[in-house]
Amino acid sequence: MAMKPLKAVAFYALVAVIMMVAIFPFYYAVLTSVKSGTALFEVDYWPRSFSPDNYVAVLTTGTFLRNLGNSLLISTVVVALSLLLSITAAFALSRINFRGRGLLLLTILSVSMFPQIAVLAGLFELIRAFGIFNTPLALIFAYMIFTLPFTVWVLTTFMRDLPIEIEEAAIVDGATPWMIVTRVFMPLMWPALVTTGLLAFIAAWNEFLFALTFTSSNSQRTVPVAIALLGGASQFEVPWGNIMAASVIVTVPLVVLVLVFQRKIISGLTAGGVKG
Amino acid sequence: MMIVLATVAGWPLYRTIYFGFTDASLTNLDDARWIGFANYFTSLTLPSGATVYDGLLVDPAWWRAVWNTVRFTVVSVTLETILGMVVALVLNAEFKGRGLVRAAILIPWAIPTVVSAKMWAWMLNDQFGILNDILLGLGLISEKIAWTASPDTAMLAVVIVDVWKTTPFMALLILAGLQMIPGDIYEAARIDGVNPIKVFWKVTLPLVRPALMVAVIFRGLDALRIFDLIYVLTPNSEETKTMSVYAREYLFDFDKFAYGSAASTLLFLIIGLITILYVWIGRIDMSRER
Repeated sequence: MAMKPLKAVAFYALVAVIMMVAIFPFYYAVLTSVKSGTALFEVDYWPRSFSPDNYVAVLTTGTFLRNLGNSLLISTVVVALSLLLSITAAFALSRINFRGRGLLLLTILSVSMFPQIAVLAGLFELIRAFGIFNTPLALIFAYMIFTLPFTVWVLTTFMRDLPIEIEEAAIVDGATPWMIVTRVFMPLMWPALVTTGLLAFIAAWNEFLFALTFTSSNSQRTVPVAIALLGGASQFEVPWGNIMAASVIVTVPLVVLVLVFQRKIISGLTAGGVKG
Repeated sequence: MMIVLATVAGWPLYRTIYFGFTDASLTNLDDARWIGFANYFTSLTLPSGATVYDGLLVDPAWWRAVWNTVRFTVVSVTLETILGMVVALVLNAEFKGRGLVRAAILIPWAIPTVVSAKMWAWMLNDQFGILNDILLGLGLISEKIAWTASPDTAMLAVVIVDVWKTTPFMALLILAGLQMIPGDIYEAARIDGVNPIKVFWKVTLPLVRPALMVAVIFRGLDALRIFDLIYVLTPNSEETKTMSVYAREYLFDFDKFAYGSAASTLLFLIIGLITILYVWIGRIDMSRER
């Protein structure tokens, strides 16, 4: 599209503003995280010094490393479990015709939009009754509430798009439903699985309310809660350097994932919305 | 799968509603007594003859939280829609480096809410924050503003952070809608010499409306249940306390488990009602088969 020079300048100025606003806060967090001592309290726009002090402090003192491990473990298990459950469910929802299928899909979608606080009291009771309060199991269990509806929804939409002929050919060749799922669908579905898995992982990694409520000791917390509760030596001293270092550590893997899988993420996000 | 969903969503929801009608407390969950609607509304006649009303429905703090939530949702979703539209239109144009911009706007979306709250808390810091520095430098403000602490700006601070974080999501959903519009419509409009602003209002907007409505409802439902951003960015602020924050406070901090459950139930009803109203007014057919 050819544009008049003035228009082009205005357009690129707008693009530049969008880029700036999107990236600047993260850039500034990185900038702050490599400062130390009193330099922290001077406003700088460009890096002037470099010190790894904050990173060392965050990783060696306290339980941050343990919290990272917790987050990684919980998110991975949640993704694996919800993908496993939702593949079979998506197969049933997209292929087998039964009464009330539309209603069921609608219910699943509305569960994914549930206000989490509405189930907080009931979940709390359940988790205490199971005796898994303050363990990773509690969070794995609770996270199913928002990952499962989402993965089922996206995978069902995706499976509906697959031509039914492939399946019919498999049936003619004598394949069982389980074989159809594992041998026929899985190879075709892996791009969709990567996308939904990634999105579910990010959702579980970022979750705060359940993690705050269902854990009580520092060593059991996940990173978002750990960062929120990161305190200084005294009540009035906020360790901004450490907080920023911790924030960068938590965010960098996500940013890398997002940049690598950009296209997949966008298609997954919009599949949940537009195609619905 | 359905069993898992039922135990994780259905049962807890039922229990929350049930607890709302009892006198349960954190330490005494098992033998909670049924007390009917007392958590919602109760009247007590004092010996002096005056009648006192108590309960959630007459608690000004609760209605304030409802008002805060609604205000926050309307303001932030409106801003996100407008800005998301602008970003989507930019990304819909062909230009060098489009992929780069699209990758860049995904960053705010991917950053955990808690982290973005902390990052912005630091940028909005009254003494050492960069935002005050920029605004002072530009001469837009004459003295440093305590963004998150001052009652006048606390809500504004929350809205800024939320808009920053969620506009990308909005933009991508709208963009997907824009890309489904066939190009020849624009071609035809250009040949007919229709002015671009008119094209936007008469062609683009009506065609992208379904995608826009869905995006707005997703964001709206998300905004109505907001918790983490406010809990981290402006703790203890009356100005920004939303329904979720209010409910959780009673559930776990004030040891009035039943009262908090009642608040959660009411929140669920309010959000449900708003959703039904919106779907009905917007006439979106969520279950349509393609």
